[in-house]
Formats: sequence, C-alpha cells, structure tokens
Amino acid sequence: MSEVIVVTSGKGGVGKTTTTANIGTGLALADKKVVLVDADIGLRNLDVVMGLENRIVYDLIDVTEGNCRLKQALIRDKRYDKLFLLPAAQTRDKNAVSPEQMRQLCEELQQDFDFVIIDCPAGIEQGFKNAIAGADRAIIVTTPEVSAVRDADRIIGLLEAAEMHNPKLVVNRIRPQMVKKGDMMDIDDMIDILAIDLLGVVPEDEHIVVSTNRGEPAICNEQSRASQAYRNIVRRILGENVPLMSLELEVGLVDRLKKFFGL
Amino acid sequence: MFNIINRIFGKGSAGSKDIAKERLRLVLVHDRVNVSPQFIEILKEDIVRSISTYMEIDEKGMEVSLASSNSSVALIANIPVRRMKRGASFYND
Repeated sequence: MSEVIVVTSGKGGVGKTTTTANIGTGLALADKKVVLVDADIGLRNLDVVMGLENRIVYDLIDVTEGNCRLKQALIRDKRYDKLFLLPAAQTRDKNAVSPEQMRQLCEELQQDFDFVIIDCPAGIEQGFKNAIAGADRAIIVTTPEVSAVRDADRIIGLLEAAEMHNPKLVVNRIRPQMVKKGDMMDIDDMIDILAIDLLGVVPEDEHIVVSTNRGEPAICNEQSRASQAYRNIVRRILGENVPLMSLELEVGLVDRLKKFFGL
Repeated sequence: MFNIINRIFGKGSAGSKDIAKERLRLVLVHDRVNVSPQFIEILKEDIVRSISTYMEIDEKGMEVSLASSNSSVALIANIPVRRMKRGASFYND
C-alpha cells in the first residue's frame, strides 16, 4: 500500500527539509521505494541537503507543465537505489502549480512508489496548500520554542480544516541539558499544548550540520544521536512500536560533583 | 552560602520553560478562535439556544468576545434580556 506523507511546520528553519531527507533515506534503507518531492518552488533546498544538486535536469514544474515525462524528472540517488528525488523549480514561484496538479502528481507517483514524502515550504499560503493537497497524512516538525510551537498549532488547525486528521509530531533540536535545568520545554509540555500524537524526538546534534555540509543524510551515521532518533522515527512509520530513546547525556564531572553535594 | 553554591550549579532561579508554557497557553486561546471565523458565531447560537429556555433575549444586541488580562482569558458575553419566562421558576419549588 502506497502512502503520501507531507512534512510541514508553519515556521521556517525548524528542520523540515532535514527531516524529509532523513526519513526518506531511512525508508529507502528499509527496502521501501521512496520518492522525495520538494514542494518549495522558488526556494529549493532538498536537492543540496541530499547532495543531488548537480544532477537536476527537469523539475516539478516541468512535469506539471508537460515539458517532460514524470520519469525524466526523477533523480535516482546512486547511494540508495530505492530512493528518488523530484526537485522543485528554482526560477518560478508557488503559483506556478495548483493543488489539483499536485493531487494528480501524487496519484501518479503512488503507482510507482511505496512512500511519497513531500517537503512543504514554510508559511500557510499557496505553497502550503499545494504541498498538502495530495497528502494522506502529515508529519509536523517543531522545536521547543514558543514561536515554533505556536505556528505548529496553527498548522494543526489548518490541516484539520482541510480534513487531514491525526497529524504526528516530531520535536526537533531538543537540548536535554536545558530541559533538565527547566530552561526548555520538554516533550510532555509540548504534547500537552498541541494535543497530538508524538512520532519522535530528535536531539540537537552537530552531526546534522556536518552531514548537510557534505550532502549526505545523517541517518547513515552510526555515532550521531539525531541519526538514532531518525532511525526510530522510520521504524515507527513502518508500524513498529519503538520506545523513545533516552535523552540523558553521559554523567559528566559536574553532575558527579553535584550528586556528591546532594544538589 | 548555600545559595551561592546553588547559583554556581545553576539551580538558583526557576527555569524559563514555565513562562514559555504559560505565554503559549494564552496566545493559543486567541489563535485557535481565529483559525475558524465561524467559531464565535457557532458559540453564540449555542448560547442563545440554551438560554432561550429560561428567558427571552435580544439576539441582535448580543455581544460575545474573548478578553485577556496578563494571566487569564475570559469569555465575555453581553446578552440583553427582554423578559423572563414564567416556566423557568417552576423547577425551584
């Protein structure tokens, strides 16, 4: 059975594209045939995050306008042979495609792929409406900040109004030490406020910056904690029941001193 | 002395996450109302329906809105009453 999942957030810069890239790669590693669709027309980025920017010939708008066949625009990722990318157009804007065209595109892709993952642009305008048009379900990415959580709440409301129910939450860039000090909202706080199901928690991790620099999805890095979190998310999408990983860092010298003084 | 040690280890002040949560809670009350323009209208209709059992009200002069102060949000309803219905007091005997 084929599924179309949109990755959205409202606010920009919370990690939609990184999440899309890692979930998609993870699903491909689990032997699923996956296509990543960059719906951010005019501000494409999924191609550079995936390291596929040099292989673009045709893009999404070329497909919807009939300049090429869908298969011609799909870029096969040579590292993971079940993974494909449909890049966004860079020289056009969000109005170059309609929700109806996106719906048709998703239907066509569904015939060939197990998973269609759509990277939604920030905002709630045309680009958002296009991105969710053909999706069966949504993943909402947020960070533990008031602005990101507020925007996530608005997106949940808009998805509800568009009859897309039961979105799942990914909390990105959580910093366990700040949570411990009471200076960052924890998972329970955010679930309590947003009242939706949790799909996963990704800790802040420098490996993400390095892997984006290189154009290699972090999910392949065994050492990275964020990568572990993404692998867990992928298993949950595939229906496995995986417990949340512990966000506790190894006990450092300061912690040991604190314990000694009973603080 | 103990306070100083506490402060060094970062336990002196309460965390800022409770402030974040509280501010979010308030701002989302308004946001959620605004997502659906019909929200207040539907709410009004429901209020009219339940109150009409007991009194006759002036629906045109009715005002319903949300007001917020620093720490709370209130639903303010100003409903002009034309007359009470007699039957309403029967339940009281």
